[in-house]
Amino acid sequence: MSGEKKRHVIPGEVITSGPYRAEQNTIQVGDNIVSTIIGLSDVHDGSVRVIPLTGGYMPKDDDLVIGKIASHSSLSWTADINSCYVGMLPASDVFGRDYSSSSDDMTAKLAKGDLIAARIVNADKTRDPLITISGRELGKIDSGELVKISPNKVPRLIGKRGSMIQMIESSTNSQVTIGQNGLLVVSSDDPNGLLKAVQAIELIEEQAHVANLTDQVKEMLESKSE
Amino acid sequence: MGGRDTDIVLLDENGIRCDGRKVNETRKVTIKAGVLKNANGSAYIEFGDNKILVGVYGPRDVHPKHMSDTDTGILRCRYHMAPFSVGERKNPAPSRREVEISKVIKEALEPAVMLKEFPRTAVDVYMEVLQADGGTRCAALTGASVALADAGIPMRDLVAGCAAGKAADAVILDVNNEEDQAGQADLPIGYMPNLKKITLLQLDGVLTPEEYKQCIEIGIEGCNQVYEIQKKALQDKFFASGEKQ
Repeated sequence: MSGEKKRHVIPGEVITSGPYRAEQNTIQVGDNIVSTIIGLSDVHDGSVRVIPLTGGYMPKDDDLVIGKIASHSSLSWTADINSCYVGMLPASDVFGRDYSSSSDDMTAKLAKGDLIAARIVNADKTRDPLITISGRELGKIDSGELVKISPNKVPRLIGKRGSMIQMIESSTNSQVTIGQNGLLVVSSDDPNGLLKAVQAIELIEEQAHVANLTDQVKEMLESKSE
Repeated sequence: MGGRDTDIVLLDENGIRCDGRKVNETRKVTIKAGVLKNANGSAYIEFGDNKILVGVYGPRDVHPKHMSDTDTGILRCRYHMAPFSVGERKNPAPSRREVEISKVIKEALEPAVMLKEFPRTAVDVYMEVLQADGGTRCAALTGASVALADAGIPMRDLVAGCAAGKAADAVILDVNNEEDQAGQADLPIGYMPNLKKITLLQLDGVLTPEEYKQCIEIGIEGCNQVYEIQKKALQDKFFASGEKQ
C-alpha cells in the first residue's frame, strides 16, 4: 500500500495502524504508528514518516552545510552550523597530514567569522560532528550574500530534482550554494539578479506550505524583470 | 486548604459555582502558539483569568557544562510569577512554591519529550505567569507542551493539564482561585490524552476514596477538553493558511 494522502499531524496523533515500519519522526505505540512532531505524514511502500514543519537542523552524514568559524584550538576549528552541535574541522583537513601546531598558523587559513562550505563526515551525536572542507565545491566562501531560512524548507527551495533552485539561478543569473542546515550563499555579478534571487528565496520560505509555489515564484521572477 | 471561612457562596442551590460555571465545566481556555520571535517555540495561554507566556529554547548547548548528559538531552523548566501577577506585589525572587512547581512541571513533561535524540544538549522552558487566578500549574503545563511542540521537539504526546477538586462538599472541575482558597481539596492532573497516561498528580486537601475516583475521572475529562484546544492552537499556526501540498 502506498500513496496514502499526506495529512497534517501533531505530536501524539495516530497516523495509521497496521503492518507499517515506523520511520523518521514516528513511533510505534501498540498497533498504532504515532507522529512525534508537527508535520505532514507520508505513508509510502510500507513505511510511515513525518516531514517536519518545525525544528532545528540535525547534522547527517554527507550533508553539505554552510558554517561560520566560531573559534579554534591548536588542533581544530569549530564552526557554527546552525544546529545544537558545533562542527569540528580538524586542522589536518586544511594543512594536510604533516600539520604542526607550532609552525602552521591556523588563523592565516581560516579566521573567526569566515564562512565555509563544508561536508559532514561523521555525525554520531556522541561527539560533535566532524566536517571537512576538502572536496569539490567545498572550502572558504569569499563572496556572496548569506541568507538564512528554516532548515525544514530547504527541500522546498531545491524543488523536485532541483527544479525550483535551477529556475531561480537561471532567471536571475546567480549561483546559490545551499547548505542543508538552512544557510545559503547567493552570489551574482548582477546586483539586481542577486536581489531578486534573495527575494525569491524569501518568498519560498514564507509560502513553503502553498501547493502551486513554483508558479508563484516564476511569476514573481518574471514580473519584475524590466 | 480545608475549607477556610468565607463570605462567598462556592456553590448555590442550583449547582452553579461562584463564577457562574457548572460543577463539571472548565473555564474558557484560549491558546496561541508561536507568539515569541526570539524563542524556538512559544505559546500564550489564557486559562480563565490566568495569563501565561511560555518560551522554549533549544535543543542547545548546556551551560554549566557539568549538567550535560552524554546519553540524553536534559529538560530545564522555570515557572515564574511576575510581580504584578497577583493582587499584592509578589517578590520576583523564586519562592519555595515556584521551585516546586518548576520541578513538578519538568517531571510532568519528561515522559512526553523524547530527549534521547539530542544527547549533550538542553531544552529550556520558561513559563512566565502574567496574571494568576488559581490553577496556574496546570495552565503552565498545558502551555509548555504546546510551546515544545511548536519548537519541534519530538514528543510522544502532548500533555494537557486540568485540576479537579472539592468545594462546598461537591466534586468540581477546574478549581479557580476562590475555590482553591476556601474549598476542601485541589487535585491538579497532567495527562497525555492519546497514551492515556497521567504525568502529574498532586493533592492538596482531603478526599474520600470515592471522591478521589470521581476527581480523577472528571479531571481527565477536563484534560481531554483542554487537549482539543491545544490541538487547535497548533493547527491554527501550522496548517491554517494555504492549502495542503
